[in-house]
Amino acid sequence: MRKVDVIVIGAGPAGMAAATHLAERGRDVVVVDDQRTPGGQIYRGAERNAASPARARILGADAARGAALIAAFRASGARYWPESRVWRVTAEREVSLTRNGRSETLGTPVVIAATGAMERPVPVPGWTLPGVMTAGALQTLLKGDGLVPAEPPVLVGSGPLLLLLANQLIAAGVAPAAIVETSVRPWAARGELSLVLEPVARRDLWRGLAMLAKLRRARVPHYRNATEIRIEGSRRAEAVSFVAGGRRQRIAASLFALHEGVIPAQQLSRSLGIAHDFDERHHAFGPRVDGRGESPIPGILFAGDCVRIAGAAAAEHAGRIAAISALRMLTADPALDAAALADEQRQLQAHARIQSLVDAVYPPPAMLAATPDETVICRCENVTAGELRAAVAAGCAGPNQAKSFLRVGMGPCQGRLCGPTVAGLIAEMQHRSVGDVGYFRIRAPLQPVTVGELADMQDA
Amino acid sequence: MFKRLERGGPTVRFRFEDEEIEAVEGESVAAALLAAGIDTFRTSPLGPARAPYCMIGMCFDCLVSIDGVENRRACQVAVAPGLSVRRQSGARRVG
Repeated sequence: MRKVDVIVIGAGPAGMAAATHLAERGRDVVVVDDQRTPGGQIYRGAERNAASPARARILGADAARGAALIAAFRASGARYWPESRVWRVTAEREVSLTRNGRSETLGTPVVIAATGAMERPVPVPGWTLPGVMTAGALQTLLKGDGLVPAEPPVLVGSGPLLLLLANQLIAAGVAPAAIVETSVRPWAARGELSLVLEPVARRDLWRGLAMLAKLRRARVPHYRNATEIRIEGSRRAEAVSFVAGGRRQRIAASLFALHEGVIPAQQLSRSLGIAHDFDERHHAFGPRVDGRGESPIPGILFAGDCVRIAGAAAAEHAGRIAAISALRMLTADPALDAAALADEQRQLQAHARIQSLVDAVYPPPAMLAATPDETVICRCENVTAGELRAAVAAGCAGPNQAKSFLRVGMGPCQGRLCGPTVAGLIAEMQHRSVGDVGYFRIRAPLQPVTVGELADMQDA
Repeated sequence: MFKRLERGGPTVRFRFEDEEIEAVEGESVAAALLAAGIDTFRTSPLGPARAPYCMIGMCFDCLVSIDGVENRRACQVAVAPGLSVRRQSGARRVG
């Protein structure tokens, strides 16, 4: 088995920062990532986008920041493996992955998982129809492929990403047909006034206010506190209908972008059997990881949004924290770089406090209880909320038993798109906390792998 | 469904069903199909039409058959000259 000093999984801001820090200090680092170019979701295509005036104008400072990070990463000497997919990590730190159509297993004393976030699934009636995507998907098409909607889309949900996307679409000349916001509580920021005055928060706050102003100038219809959302259409999405301002509204369009915030991507940490805690305020599970990025499994570290959502700037600090912890393990010097570590931890904490402000203003959707029975919750197996409720009423004890009742979570996405909903609905029916209900048991392979790729396994 | 921000750049031709699609080098199969106005990628094993939802490899709703191999995520595969992409109907064939 080939051995390297450190394997970093994911080339977003956390993974790149970790790898750059380690490679600059002479360590043999392999960075495995599924995309064709570095950047993660947030800085997808940043090198190209920063170099294109048309794209840079739409994407603003983010593309420039991403391009700078990527340049440092590329110059660091870290080995970068694009279009590669990790499908198993063991507690003994064996990492199995597929690239160039073949599988191989590497050994390493330290794994840094920086697998980032995913958008929280938004189960509403009609969300499986063609023409319904996530807000992040629209951003992916914009950043990765330079594609914008051919006709004005309707943006539905809650969270800062929705505002950012609206602004980018306006800059691209395709202003949204409407923004339909579900839950926003700007007054919640009052309780956090001291936080708003922190320098890092001020920058984000100004950016947010500027985005809202641009939205008003573009005269995008803006609905607030919308409930009872449903996407209508038979073969494809044709309209969104919702209740706002005391009456039902209907907006016809050909494209709908849903968004209710982002949550840690937990497949990898779950597959290792690491305990996960449910953060009630952010309404998401995250792996139990300490302030140095260390998990309960020696040599398995986590960094960035896959632990707790705090954004791209925070992820860079988390990446360097994990890198310092990795160096401490590799040098057997537990006091290495203590001052640098403390400084990075201080900065990460500042960003985490801002995230708590964001969580207060954009509370998690309280709509699961109101999810109509006919809503598909498991997109792969077409299982509805009503079917899950009936199974729970018939004695189904939890998410893992729900699999044998309904096949929920057993399709190709391996529960990624229904896991949070299944845990939430069961918790509501059983009057338990989501943390107590728990989650699907996740097992390797974490990515589809063919028998042919396994047969070609390079194990030299 | 989608349009390109910029024109120009090297192009790649591939087939979707019986249609020839012109794509931009480097983009994903899913992006190329969406830019060509295609909004149904597959029918799920229980019938309904599906198209890409997340575009980052999480949702598996963009599954298509590429060069005879089913269950490929169109958002995770880059376009290449001469690819033969087909809609996937129902569950994938095994074997």
